[in-house]
Amino acid sequence: MDQQVNTQDVLKVNGLTTYFFTRRGVVKAVDDVSFTVRAGETLAIVGESGCGKSITALSLMRLIPSPPGRTIAGTVMLDGTDLLQLSEPKMRQMRGNKISMIFQEPMTALNPLLTIGRQVAETLILHQNMSRQAAQARAVEMLKFVKIPEAEQRAREYPHQLSGGMRQRAMIAMALACNPRVLICDEPTTALDVTIQAQILELIVELQRNFGTAVILITHDLGVVAETAHRVIVMYAGRKVEEASAEELFHRPLHPYMNGLLGSIPRVGLTKRATASEHVALQEIPGIVPALNDLPIGCAFAPRCPNAGDKCRAAIPPFEEKLPGHFAACWHSDVGAKVPT
Amino acid sequence: MGSYLIRRILLMLLTLFGVSVLIFTLLRLVPGNIADILFDAAGMIDPVEKQKIIRELGLDQPLVVQYMQWISGLLRGDLGFSYISEKPTIDEIAPRIPITASLAAMALTLSVITGVPLGVISAVRQNTKLDYALRVFSLSGLSLPSFWLGLLILMGFVHWFGTIPIYDRNNTPLEQLAFMLVPAMAVGYRASALIMRLTRSSMLEVLRQDYIRTARSKGVSDTGVNYDHALRNAVVPVITIIGIEAAFLIGGLIVTETVFNIPGVARFLVEAIRMRDYPIVQNLVMFIAFSVVTINLLVDLAYSLIDPRIRITD
Ligand SMILES: Nc1ncnc2c1ncn2[C@@H]1O[C@H](COP(=O)(O)OP(=O)(O)O)[C@@H](O)[C@H]1O
Ligand code: SF4
Ligand SMILES: [Mg+2]
Repeated sequence: MDQQVNTQDVLKVNGLTTYFFTRRGVVKAVDDVSFTVRAGETLAIVGESGCGKSITALSLMRLIPSPPGRTIAGTVMLDGTDLLQLSEPKMRQMRGNKISMIFQEPMTALNPLLTIGRQVAETLILHQNMSRQAAQARAVEMLKFVKIPEAEQRAREYPHQLSGGMRQRAMIAMALACNPRVLICDEPTTALDVTIQAQILELIVELQRNFGTAVILITHDLGVVAETAHRVIVMYAGRKVEEASAEELFHRPLHPYMNGLLGSIPRVGLTKRATASEHVALQEIPGIVPALNDLPIGCAFAPRCPNAGDKCRAAIPPFEEKLPGHFAACWHSDVGAKVPT
Repeated sequence: MGSYLIRRILLMLLTLFGVSVLIFTLLRLVPGNIADILFDAAGMIDPVEKQKIIRELGLDQPLVVQYMQWISGLLRGDLGFSYISEKPTIDEIAPRIPITASLAAMALTLSVITGVPLGVISAVRQNTKLDYALRVFSLSGLSLPSFWLGLLILMGFVHWFGTIPIYDRNNTPLEQLAFMLVPAMAVGYRASALIMRLTRSSMLEVLRQDYIRTARSKGVSDTGVNYDHALRNAVVPVITIIGIEAAFLIGGLIVTETVFNIPGVARFLVEAIRMRDYPIVQNLVMFIAFSVVTINLLVDLAYSLIDPRIRITD
């Protein structure tokens, strides 16, 4: 967090809306989500499972399974170009080149029948007009770069011969090979051992610092957020419910949902930047997430919210700036803010 | 690798032993032997003559002795003589093998080069009209018996050309190949249909995998995703089916050789069974069984070449 953040906006997402048109009705997976990420900045997206984090990320990449999914509104401006307006071939030139993504499951995210080197080289061949040999050589360099020992040897091996941590490093090498402007990490460490998790996060932060990449980090782990994120957006049932700098958010959560997630976690620890190896999981909030194809009329959190009133059940609260740089969507955010810190 | 091969070869020998016992027993269970057939059909009536034939051919010996004689001969490379033509069995079988082998190879090749791409297209275009059409095509292949298809083709020839293609030994190899194309299609249709179905479902399964999404996230084109990333993974189970189909092909060949009047081993086998020509039937069945188990071994080895996760370990 102490690294320098450029003031240049790299990615500006506005009103992103992705629905799944299923037999059971319209699943509003991502509804009117907006955010901005600057060069060298890390934006964390947090929220319970199923709240639309991955679909948000995939919408940016235009990789929503379609049918049934479709991004029906919004703009995704990458250095001034709206990705949602690009033709498919033009978008293909962006993927893996200007905007890359790494996924949660390193065990299944790599093609089992192709060597690691070949999979890293593929990106370079596609986007940098490199010959196969040059790309292979560069792939080995990239593997060294992400600190894979014996990179030459590893490049010739297949995914099943590498550990989970090594595979995730290879994924990172692949994603960063073309020095993208934006790197999306969808729970990059969830599937890994605790010690490996910290190493992978460190690697991402270090590479980001070197390249000035804008990083979107999707995670469950508030310890990770505290350690790496500059800004945080909190999602609930497909919508953004709170946004603030990491420190501000942990210090003074305004939305009852975020309050619940933080639960009884000692905030002091978080604001003092817990190390990533110290796990601070989201707290369980009683009640269940409403089905995204059958959302309540008012605030989606109302059925689980201790502060819910009639107004909450009647209308969706607007997303507004409650404090300088601190946004939330809640009719009674003043009540939430009163929770002692 | 070495001891794996040894184990596989021992297993093959065991299989072949089983087949030899099975075919030997089945042949003796079918009522009548060559002498009965000759006397019933050819109108011979002298019972002394009949006994003489039976004794000469050793058919009066205990079954165990007959079996041992056959096997010990086989192991020495002595396949005996055909009861009918009285020529050495090997001379009867050997010239017919290339005919059937080329027909089988052609049918299998045709089925692979049509089945795999059509399966891919069907999967990539899932639930489009093209996919439905291809699925109907493949379902027909699985439900049409090959003799029926063969007869239809022949009727078509008669209808449009007034004649049917006739196999001629004196044709040039190229002409023979051209002649075989039609029967090969009749036999290969089933395998093609099966390969297509399996490729389709295997592709659909693979296209759902995470690594396909990864490939797309790198900017790989649809063609690259389908052929470079997906198909490579999808053919692994298809290869097994190709091995199994190679065995099923024999059944199709028997009828097709009969329908198209091709002098291959498959039709010859049926004739030999009808005449209870034991040496021909037994040795031919052993040869077919040997081919099938060998193909299956090769398929398993091919498997480990394509998929690095399947390493043959001792
Ligand atoms: N293929 C799909 N069809 C229908 N609904 C889907 C599909 N994929 C995701 N969803 C819905 O989108 C919602 C958000 O999913 P996701 O973004 O993966 O959640 P998470 O925040 O855990 O990453 C889920 O609740 C799920 O119901
Ligand atoms: S709007 Fe009402 S129900 Fe929704 S989070 Fe705020 S207080 Fe709770
Ligand atoms: Mg997710």
